[in-house]
This record gives sequence, C-alpha cells and structure tokens, in this order.
Amino acid sequence: MPSHLIGKDAFQEADIVGITRPITKHNFLVRDVKDLAMTIKMAFYLASTGKPGPVLVDIPKDIIANKCAFEYPETVEMRGYKPNYHGHSSQIKKAAEKLRNAKRPVLYVGGGVIMSGGTKELALLAKENNLPVTMTLQGLGAFPGTDDLSLGMLGMHGTYWANMAVNNCDVLVSLGARFDDRVTGKVDKFAVDAYKIHVDIDPAAIDKNVVVDLPIVGDVKHVIAELAAEMSSAPHINDWWDQINAWKDECPMDYEDNDGLLRTEMVIEKLSERTKGEAVIVTDVGQHQMWTAQYYKYAHPRSNLTSGGLGTMGFSVPAAIGAYFARPDQPIISISGDGGFQMNIQELITAAAYKLPIKFIIINNSFLGMVRQWQELFHAEKFSFTDLSASNPDFVKVAEAMGCVAYATDDPKEIDNMFDKAFAVTDRPVVLEFKVVKENMVFPMVPAGGALSDMMVKRLNPKLM
Amino acid sequence: MKRTISVVLENRFGAFNRISTLFSGKGFNLHSITIGETEVPGISRMTLVTTGEDKVFDQIVKQLNRLIDTIKVVDLSKEHAVARELALITVHYKKGNRSEITELCRLFEGKVVDINNKTLMFEITGPSDKIDAAINSLAPYGIKEMARSGAIALKRGEQERQLATKQLINHS
Repeated sequence: MPSHLIGKDAFQEADIVGITRPITKHNFLVRDVKDLAMTIKMAFYLASTGKPGPVLVDIPKDIIANKCAFEYPETVEMRGYKPNYHGHSSQIKKAAEKLRNAKRPVLYVGGGVIMSGGTKELALLAKENNLPVTMTLQGLGAFPGTDDLSLGMLGMHGTYWANMAVNNCDVLVSLGARFDDRVTGKVDKFAVDAYKIHVDIDPAAIDKNVVVDLPIVGDVKHVIAELAAEMSSAPHINDWWDQINAWKDECPMDYEDNDGLLRTEMVIEKLSERTKGEAVIVTDVGQHQMWTAQYYKYAHPRSNLTSGGLGTMGFSVPAAIGAYFARPDQPIISISGDGGFQMNIQELITAAAYKLPIKFIIINNSFLGMVRQWQELFHAEKFSFTDLSASNPDFVKVAEAMGCVAYATDDPKEIDNMFDKAFAVTDRPVVLEFKVVKENMVFPMVPAGGALSDMMVKRLNPKLM
Repeated sequence: MKRTISVVLENRFGAFNRISTLFSGKGFNLHSITIGETEVPGISRMTLVTTGEDKVFDQIVKQLNRLIDTIKVVDLSKEHAVARELALITVHYKKGNRSEITELCRLFEGKVVDINNKTLMFEITGPSDKIDAAINSLAPYGIKEMARSGAIALKRGEQERQLATKQLINHS
C-alpha cells in the first residue's frame, strides 16, 4: 500500500505496526526511502543482539519503488539500546563460591544457552564439577540427553528425578531460563530451600516470576565461561547423586509395551535410537511434543525446534521447511499430532514443490490429545470437541494428492519398516502416519498451578486405560 | 502507594503507543501519563504516575527500560523531586457566593481564567494532593466540569536539572 493512503481504510490496509507491536522485539514503519538502509541495519542489529527476537519492518509500496543513493551503514548506534553482555564479576565470584560449597546443586538450563552459543561452556562447567543438568523444553539439546549428568527435562511433564532434584536442591543455577509457569508450577513452593542464582541477558527476567538470591545480568555464554574458570574445586556431591539415582529408580520413564498396541513413546524412542539423537526434530504442540521431549535424546544444540512458551499448534510443518533450508545437510523430521498437522497441512505442497526430503510424522490418536488429557484429569471427563475420529481425513491420501510419499501403520512391529521406507526416499517429502492408542496420557504430570512435588506419575482412573 | 516515574525517550513514531501497549499488555495500573518535548530536540520526557506493590513496580521500571526507544527511566519516588499538576475547574456560582468561591480559590493560589453569568473557571497548579484538596473544597458549590493534566516531575538539584538530559545523551 502506498504511504499516502495510510489511515484512509484503503484496500487491504491493516495497521501492521500496531498489530505486531506486542509480538515483536521492535518494529518500524519506513516513511522515507532515505531511511530504508538504516532501518534495515537497525532491524538486523536488534533482532540478533541482546535477547534476540523478531523485528518487523513495514515498508509502504511507494517506498519500495522509490530510489535513492544506497549507503548501507557500517555500524549502528541506538541511545536506548545497550545490551549488557558481561556479568558483574563479583556476582560471578559469589556464584562460584556458592556452587563450590553446595551439597545439592542443580543446573537449570534454558534456551538462552543455545541462543548464546554457550553449550561448550556448559558442558565444561557441568563435567568438570560433576553437576546435574536439567533442561527446559527449549533448553533440550543444550546438553547431550544421553550424558549421565543429564536429568532430562523438568517441569510439568519433566522426569520425576529432575523435578525432585530441583525441589530439593540447595543451590539452583538458572542459565538462560525464565522460571516459566510450566517449569515452576506453584511459585511459592518452587525450590523453596534453594539459593537461587539467575543468569539472564534480560534484566526484566530477574525476579519476574521467582525472586532470586543472586542475579547475574549478562550473556550466559560469557557468564558460564567465567563461572567455570572461578570453580577452583568441584563440590562434594556423591550423596546427592545417590539420592537422584534413587529417585530415578523409584519412578523411571517407562510405558506399557507388551499389549501389542502402538504407542507414541515407542515411535519416538525408535527414532531417537535410529538417528542417534542427531536429526533436527521439529515438533508441534501437544502430547506428541511432550513425548518427544521425554524420549528423544537430543545430541546437539539447535536440533530441537518447537513452539515453546507460545504453544502454537500448526508450527511444525512450515517450521520444518524453514529448517531444511537452514540445514539441508541434516535429516529434518517434523512430528505433529493429527490436530496440529491439519492447521498447516497445505504446506506439504510447498515441500513437494521444492522436492524437500523432509519426513513428516503424524502421531494420530484421533484426538486433540493434550486437551483431552486435561478434560479427563481436571474437567470431570467431559470430553468436548476433542474427538477428531469422525472428522480426520485419510492422511495418506491427502499427502499423496499433495505430491508426497505416504505410509501408515498401527502396528508396533512396523515402526522400523516405516522408517526404512521413509529414509530410502530422498527426492520428495514423506508422510508417516502412526495410528497410536487413542486415549493415552503423558506422565509424569504436574497439574497446572500445583507444586512440582504434587506430580502425578500414573493415571487416576484405571478403567480408562 | 502512588509512584512517579520519569521516562526519557526518543521522540519517534509510535513511541508513546509502545508505552501504553506495555501497560495494558502487562496489566499495570496507570494513574496518569504526560508527555512533552525536552530541551534536546528529538527527545521527549514522559511522566508516569502508577500504583502497585514493590514487585510490580520493579517490573514496570524494568519493562520500561526494555523498550528500545527508552533512553532512561528514573524512579522519582526514590529521589528528591518536584512534581506539579495543572487543573482547570469550572464551578457554578450564585449571586451571593461568587466572592466566597474566588476567595477559596485564592487560598489555593488559583487564578480565574473564565467567567460568565453562571460559572467560573479556575486554573490551579501544584502537587497532586493540593489539586485534590482544591477539588474537595470546590465540590460543594457544584463542579460543572474539570480537566487535570496529570503530574509532570523533575529531580531537584540545580546541577542535575541543567545537565540531566544532555548528560545522558553524551554518556550513552
């Protein structure tokens, strides 16, 4: 739209700067072509520095068409934007001292460690000091899931031992995480005895959800490196590891696998073994996402793409296409439920048009499974608008019509064969439909608003099993 | 408890909107908001009066700082500061009480800025509690309508007052 029509309710006019203000880090409306180069420079600078985030630039039609001498600025100076990369050294020294003397420490790692590129520093800190590492959903991949020091994910669908460790630790070091409600559960019962250290580049993240004892504002990569350098001796925590391992034995991650029925956990476990945790996994939102988080052992950072805090269904299919163009040398595996898959199913056409060898896995339980799970557990088994069995399409036919190769199964013995067939195809997308047990639920589960110690590890109503 | 925050910000398209969006999006209370130019071209000063517990207030200051257009946020509740508000108040009068009302207004150092055969308009400036007191005193006579500007405020101290904004810019 040309700029002279702004504000006139013109054809296809929308206040896109206004609409996107709350969902971007910053946004711009370019009103003169002379400002365009500087605006683009500032947009990339803002998007990639500090706490990275999306920046939108709205360019009216006439500004795109206008001409001016092109001068792309080398540097950018913004009076109101000065991210602080280096944490306060005396705070870091204090953190190291607390950690050295800890009896029950835990590192609580979020997506910030991956975004800052600090995973090597994290591995060094954890391994040299024998520290337990638990990760948030977005933190998965920051530390190898197969490592003995990894406790897996914490929070609502985290492992029993990770949640128990966090709730009983004496020093909790949060690295690039934000104490999200899906992590903490009830805030006043979260790690009450722990001395809490919070490392974050965003000063507004400090004390936002949980009041901490020692804030360190800075780039988490730098801070971890400095913290590791300050750790002159490792804490003595053999008893603590015994306790964590006892929790692990008390309530391991397992599932029914002897009744001949296909379950999501089996599919994800097989996928994890087969790809050695080295594929790029792009999940959607819901039960399959949580099972993937629990059972896929991510070996590398930036291999876990998922809509975390926002939880937007429909994310996986288009995000997998983006992932392919960023990492064409890696196997790209999209995993969705039958509900979310249909929210951007049309993008299969894009993947087919570009001959992308992406594997699209549909975990089909004919339900909006996570909503169904909440209806069973917290809404007196009132199952409203979550049963999709009458409305789901034939996914194989749809995928084939859109130019993909497609296979379906409901047999656990067929999982390997499905993957064999899928990985043999390299010139177009493959859709694999796994028709799993309909009414399965994700456990363990911390009820929303409950304390981590209120974790449910089993189904309440056995007759629905 | 009411708190006053002074925000120095870039006078850019949409900067004001970003702040109001922040308050509505985060559910922060906003008692009053004023904005105007400063002695430096391209820089505006916004004065916000808000209420909230310490924890909420701490978040308000941090979230304001987080905005890209924000250059400096000062919590004036923690400083020696001068805060002033302007009010225009139109009051009904009758034959017998006009001088009584104007006398009352004089006690508040107000000025009569408009008069007709039914109403008087006063201009009153001062701290917000003085404006509250003036309104309470005039209410029994019948306030026809009124407008309040919301507080504007600056930190006390000769040196800071002259240099505040320029110093910020030079240092940043």
